[in-house]
Amino acid sequence: MLEQWVFILVFGIVALGTPVAAIIVGRVIGPRRPNPTQQSTYECGMQTVGDAQKQYKIQYYIFTLLFLAFDVEVVLLLPWALAYNQLPLFALFEGAFLIFILAVGLVYVWRKGALEWR
Amino acid sequence: MPNLPVAAEIGSGPNPDEPLSIIVAAVLILLIAMGTLIFNIWFERKQVARVQDRLGPNRVGPWGIFQTIADVLKLLTKEIIIPSQIDRLTYWLAPVLAVGAVIMIWAVVPLSPVAIGSDLNVGALYFISISSLGAVGVLAAGWGSNNKYALLGGLRVIAQMVSYEVPLMLSLLVPVMLAGSLSMQDIVDAQGAMWYFILAPVACLIFTTAGQAEVARAPFDLIEGESEIVAGHHIEYSGLAFAMFYLAEWLHSFTLSALCVTLFFGGWQGPFAVEVPALGLLWFFLKTYAGYFILNWLRYTVPRVRIDHMMSFNWKFLTPIALVVLVMTATLEKLWPALFPVDPGRPGFIQSLPRAGILFLANLVLVGVVIMILRQVARRERQRVEDLVDEGQYSAPAPMPEPVEV
Repeated sequence: MLEQWVFILVFGIVALGTPVAAIIVGRVIGPRRPNPTQQSTYECGMQTVGDAQKQYKIQYYIFTLLFLAFDVEVVLLLPWALAYNQLPLFALFEGAFLIFILAVGLVYVWRKGALEWR
Repeated sequence: MPNLPVAAEIGSGPNPDEPLSIIVAAVLILLIAMGTLIFNIWFERKQVARVQDRLGPNRVGPWGIFQTIADVLKLLTKEIIIPSQIDRLTYWLAPVLAVGAVIMIWAVVPLSPVAIGSDLNVGALYFISISSLGAVGVLAAGWGSNNKYALLGGLRVIAQMVSYEVPLMLSLLVPVMLAGSLSMQDIVDAQGAMWYFILAPVACLIFTTAGQAEVARAPFDLIEGESEIVAGHHIEYSGLAFAMFYLAEWLHSFTLSALCVTLFFGGWQGPFAVEVPALGLLWFFLKTYAGYFILNWLRYTVPRVRIDHMMSFNWKFLTPIALVVLVMTATLEKLWPALFPVDPGRPGFIQSLPRAGILFLANLVLVGVVIMILRQVARRERQRVEDLVDEGQYSAPAPMPEPVEV
């Protein structure tokens, strides 16, 4: 099965190489007349005040945390779904129980109001 | 029903013993992706023009078919402006990741019974992990540009792509469970008798909706809402560097359609596809273009949603339904063999009817229940607003003025 990944490696290099090549070609062919006004940060014609890389809303972080919990869940469910038709009936209850725990978690987050965008 | 092939007869990619065949196959798949892309941009611009009652590109070549090539040539001669405030590493990594991730998905898309980049036994997992890379690319663009609009666009990507990945993955588990395999070629092969759209229509709808959000196209395109944050993450990119984001978005949309076809509409399956692999290619692209047409149609019909609506639509609607569909499918998969004992082996069309019928009916019931719950919620909400109006909390909107007769 490992040989299959050789193609992925080659294709990955080709896929990532395409944009790199395109941008290099663009840099070589395109004109280059830099000046301070052109290189300044775009802000609808205003003078930019301060840096953009600073603190932002906590809401984004909460959703990412939620995603993390569900992402791990899917990783746990993947082998379960994959081998499902070879598993005994008991596997159904195991899988359903895991999903139930997550559903409870989702309801908890919902009730807590963390899903409201403020 | 023609004799269906066993999985071993189906091609599993280029021969790893011949390095040249690997490189040829890699370049070929890249050319297919890029070639369709050039056509797709024209196709979509023509289509949107029709939706919006205009003509679309019609100057360069017959029906404007060379418009895309003209655009590429124009972008080639444009300067790539590099702002002075950028974070160099992330700024340049962003377009490369955004495009590379989308192209790399095509490695596991089965184009025909004998044509697939690499029939990985973890193909579906590969697709999930690679498509997440695209979100990283867009976030890198937002952060690296050091621009407030770009950062806001990048952050919305985190909120949107990351959230919609949950129902996307959960609905992906349904075809995986039905086929009992993560390999894309096996999933297509298992749909020889019956498409998974019949067995799991709700999962298919969730996958498409979440996928549309993942691609960040309308109605979920608020990461680049022009009226709020100008262009979002790619605001500081120009020339071919900008073209890379444009390319990634267009290709991703087409890729979504291709994946939808692979997972739910039988991929290359069609009359005589097994006997004549070239026909499989034709069926695959016919289905993919049909799906692409519908997705574009949606895109230009539905207005953009607000960010809070989008988040609640995902977490309060799609995710719970995806969980229910998963449990429902799992239950019925254990139930139907008990009711209709069938001989093991490859089922034909008739043998797959009981399973399809049960799952389809269950999905219909689920849709009915969901619509009833939604009606209840909507009624309660309407009542709440009416109560507020009655209490004088806020006034109802004034009725529209009577149209003036001319």
